[in-house]
Amino acid sequence: MELTTVWFLIVGVMLIGYFVLDGFDFGVGMSLPFLGKTNTDRRVLINTIGPVWDLNETWLIVAGASLFAAFPEWYATMFSGFYLALLLILIALILRGVSFEFRHQRKGVKWTRWFDQFIFWGSVLPPLLWGVAFANLVQGLPIRAVEGGGWLYEGTLLTLLNPYGLLGGIVVMLLCFTHGLVFVALKTVGEMRDNARKMAKNVGLVTIVLAAAFLVWTIVMNLSNPNIGLIITCAAIAAVALIGGWVANLAGREGWAFAGNTVTIAFALLTIFSALFPNLMISTFGGENTMSVVGAASSQKTLELMTWVAVFTLPLVLAYQAWTYWVFRKRLTHDMIPAETPAEATV
Amino acid sequence: MNEFLDPVALARWQFGLTTLYHFIFVPLTIGMALLVAILQTAWVRTGKEKYLRLTKLFGKVFLINFAMGVVTGIVQEFQFGMNWSNYSRFVGDIFGAPLAMEGLIAFFFEATFIGLWIFGWDKLPKKIHLMTIWFTWIGTVLSAYFILAANAFMQNPEGFVLNEERGRAELESISDVLLNPVALTQFPHTIFASLMFAGVVLVSVAAWHLKRNQFVDEMRTTLRFGAWTNIISFIGVGLSGHSLGLVMTETQPMKMAAAEAMYNTASGRDASFSLFSLGTPDGAHEIFSVRIPYLASFLATNSLDGTVEGINDLQAEYTQMYCGGADSLLTCPTDGSFVPIVWVTYWAFRWMIGLGAIAALVSVVGLWLTRKGNIELPKWTWTVAIWTAPLPMLASLVGWVFTEMGRQPWIVFGVMTTEQGISPGVPGWAVLVSLAAFTIVYGALAVVEFGLIVKAVKAGTPEIARVGGGDGTDGSGEVDQNQLATVY
Repeated sequence: MELTTVWFLIVGVMLIGYFVLDGFDFGVGMSLPFLGKTNTDRRVLINTIGPVWDLNETWLIVAGASLFAAFPEWYATMFSGFYLALLLILIALILRGVSFEFRHQRKGVKWTRWFDQFIFWGSVLPPLLWGVAFANLVQGLPIRAVEGGGWLYEGTLLTLLNPYGLLGGIVVMLLCFTHGLVFVALKTVGEMRDNARKMAKNVGLVTIVLAAAFLVWTIVMNLSNPNIGLIITCAAIAAVALIGGWVANLAGREGWAFAGNTVTIAFALLTIFSALFPNLMISTFGGENTMSVVGAASSQKTLELMTWVAVFTLPLVLAYQAWTYWVFRKRLTHDMIPAETPAEATV
Repeated sequence: MNEFLDPVALARWQFGLTTLYHFIFVPLTIGMALLVAILQTAWVRTGKEKYLRLTKLFGKVFLINFAMGVVTGIVQEFQFGMNWSNYSRFVGDIFGAPLAMEGLIAFFFEATFIGLWIFGWDKLPKKIHLMTIWFTWIGTVLSAYFILAANAFMQNPEGFVLNEERGRAELESISDVLLNPVALTQFPHTIFASLMFAGVVLVSVAAWHLKRNQFVDEMRTTLRFGAWTNIISFIGVGLSGHSLGLVMTETQPMKMAAAEAMYNTASGRDASFSLFSLGTPDGAHEIFSVRIPYLASFLATNSLDGTVEGINDLQAEYTQMYCGGADSLLTCPTDGSFVPIVWVTYWAFRWMIGLGAIAALVSVVGLWLTRKGNIELPKWTWTVAIWTAPLPMLASLVGWVFTEMGRQPWIVFGVMTTEQGISPGVPGWAVLVSLAAFTIVYGALAVVEFGLIVKAVKAGTPEIARVGGGDGTDGSGEVDQNQLATVY
């Protein structure tokens, strides 16, 4: 296999890692106003992801850096092209990240309420905007090949906000929401667990409907794509896993439900990657303006070096991150949250 | 109006602002991780509770700070693509490699083990838990190395070839990139500076409590630990700084000339170092200065009679080298000037050295005054010690201002100018919007962060809960690990 293809796959794996892992902690953040009736509830929710949200987010940073190293043209064109969307994502991630740490540092209803808001919006916006961005990659963008090398994005933020792009955004956001709700059910006991499961049932149903619409739309749009067989297969697996996860949740089998959602997110992304390959950015101006995987890639030497680094480090990374999840495998109860002063106990 | 919307100027302001802000948290993280690891090791080895209490206190400072370091770090990575896409596509092949290695080898590692450290107090055996903070520190140091290697490529590009056909720089030798002499000297300089910062924070916190006569035993330990860290690190900063200066003169003579505001080439006695200088606003003419003969020559060449090239000669040399030839399009700045802003480099260089030296001096005096357990000192001495905390931080910041300003007008020295590195498709107003957004968010967070750290520090060391009612004075009660777990 060409190293450029290998790196397309590695970046794909990293993005899947990011959306599967950070995906559920975004979902937990989104559930805060719905499942967190009391402050203790909200602390339980935040603590379900406390030890891992940070390392989940590192997948974004590493995926970004790998993109920079392996496909500099892609990195440069996409990051400058999606400027304002990325700015919003960055601000959302900053406010969300510090909120986990800052929220509990001071007592007082007003203080915690601010950070609860940041956590909620900081969890809604990034998956929504990433979804919009990825859907637009599949649909095609007004990019133009520049003489002397490089590509230029000629649209604006509004170009991205078309029906297909918006549907993609909402689907990714809802997938994360369901994923997070199931995670809460998996990590808690009693009333919290029941509530999370009930909510996952309802939200999951909406997700199934909209995700199906998005996948069908993607297939129809790509009927002439040479990879159509692969696209349909991946989309079908994603759909089956999503429904399977939903049924498992109904049956109270949260582990299976979580696994189902994980498979869904992975195969939804694979559907998108299959639709793209062998391109990275499809131009609406026509063939010669489209950015291919090979055209955007780094030199053979850089790719070889990076392959060695990835081969040695990724298994190690997966091992110690898995160990983290193992260390924190126990369900959380309200008793584990230290007592609060009466002033903050009620909302 | 147009001047306000110049994307190059705005993107440079944004890079400067976000990088300096990020660089408040990074050094404290690197330094504090080591000091916390040492404190926790002392606890595990001696079983003395005061070390555990100190681990907890400074662990909290470390964590508040770490959160800020991570979130501001994402901005750093993204803005290369957002604001500097021409630069990114031109050097991605070679500059992206150390960044990706940082992510894969160091950052994953650090972020994972810090999570285990924070939440693992009651879940991991004592020694495994201790290992997690050491791993975290190793991660921060590795991280620093890869980032400095990436920066060194911008200062002194090595290990690449130009690919005319693709219009970009490509990797030729990764060892030349990772073993760049600038990276090798910048690395110890940065690590020691980070340790100074953390050491002085300890001194400052201890002084605050000792002034009020509280937590006396713990804080005396803290004071002396911090002061020794500071002094030893200062020596390390000085030695590595000198070798960095030599490498800099070799690779970027213009930067050294600008650091000294030396317009004319001089050698030996005439190559003097001015401690202080008053001049015309453009810095070209001197009105008054205090000078140490030979010192500039020594700093630049390691010998008392070496020659230091002046700005005017270098300007002429570079003009001939970059602005005359066939490939002048690629390298000649539009205004034809190869001189960085001299007053900025001149003063940044002096403040960097001066602020660090003052902090080290305070520590030396403090160690002397508090020898043999003495803490009966006049209140004002404690006040002085408290206020040394920001000095190494400011020294680091102006140090980076010097390093990056001194590189101008290049984004990659001798290869690409800063103005060529900009994102072609991004309008000035978009950069202005993001600059404003970051300024507002960072400003607000700075206030909150500072307030939280001060609050944590003022509260002093936390009580350690015990199982079975041990009275806590003789260390006989078993420490209750469950109560120790950090919970949001």
